Amino acid sequence: MQGFLAMGGHGGYIWPAFALTALVLIGFAVASLRDLRRAQKTLARQEALRPERRRRKAAQA
Amino acid sequence: MTMHRFANPGRFMRFADRALPWTLGAMVLCLGAGLYLGLFVAPPDYQQGESVRIMYVHVPSAWMALFVYTNIALASAASLIWRHPLADLVAKASSPIGAGFTFLALATGSLWGKPMWGTWWVWDARLTSVLVLFFLYLGHMALMNAFDDQARGRKAAAILALVGFVNVPIIKFSVDWWNTLHQPASVLRLDGPTIHSSMLWPLLLMALGFTFYYVTLLFIRVKSDLLAARARALEVAALQAGE
Repeated sequence: MQGFLAMGGHGGYIWPAFALTALVLIGFAVASLRDLRRAQKTLARQEALRPERRRRKAAQA
Repeated sequence: MTMHRFANPGRFMRFADRALPWTLGAMVLCLGAGLYLGLFVAPPDYQQGESVRIMYVHVPSAWMALFVYTNIALASAASLIWRHPLADLVAKASSPIGAGFTFLALATGSLWGKPMWGTWWVWDARLTSVLVLFFLYLGHMALMNAFDDQARGRKAAAILALVGFVNVPIIKFSVDWWNTLHQPASVLRLDGPTIHSSMLWPLLLMALGFTFYYVTLLFIRVKSDLLAARARALEVAALQAGE
């Protein structure tokens, strides 16, 4: 395990490279999911504000 | 063109919802296998030693930096020529991710360069042209939001993306045209890859995993943009009805 982490003396460069990659990719994923949640909530709120039009539309359909 | 079938936002969202679990699953499988092979199975390089493992994130990041930019340029062309309704959204959703991959290519390359070249950075043609790509991404993101009129911002960003596309072949061939410290291609060559399959497989799996990551995030980001636009339209309609 020690030897694996040391990576032949280059662990100090290899692990930061992998950690940075994970950090950036996970960061974008979390931010994108947060944006989606927010958009879904805003849309639900807007749709709830217009019950009469939706009912009219449903009646037409 | 088959892409026209997805021009309809509602159809795109249904397609994205159905495809999402598959792209996500494929991403997890590819990245899992790629990391396992790259960190545990692939041998150390006879010249680079263990630090060759940085290549399993550096090279796919650099490929994605170019792939995402090419995608943005294609979407920008589709937006300017055909006024494709989803093209602007694809371009807008892509550029932060592309900037992220470009940053990773530069940063992980730096982490490899220090022990291998003895320096974090050199102003050779490859590194400099990739830095220019990073600034093109930032410019694209800035232009998208620079105008009060959304359509004008998107048009300006599309023009920048198309003009900046000239940088993509420059990056690809910089290692052949100029005398760079950066090594020439060893996978994407006309005469085929020159690295051993024990190193090629983790590289390709990581690249595939990154591609599925990009596609998954593209679905999520375009979808949230479409939902936000629908909410805005409802809000405007409500305001007008209330007048």
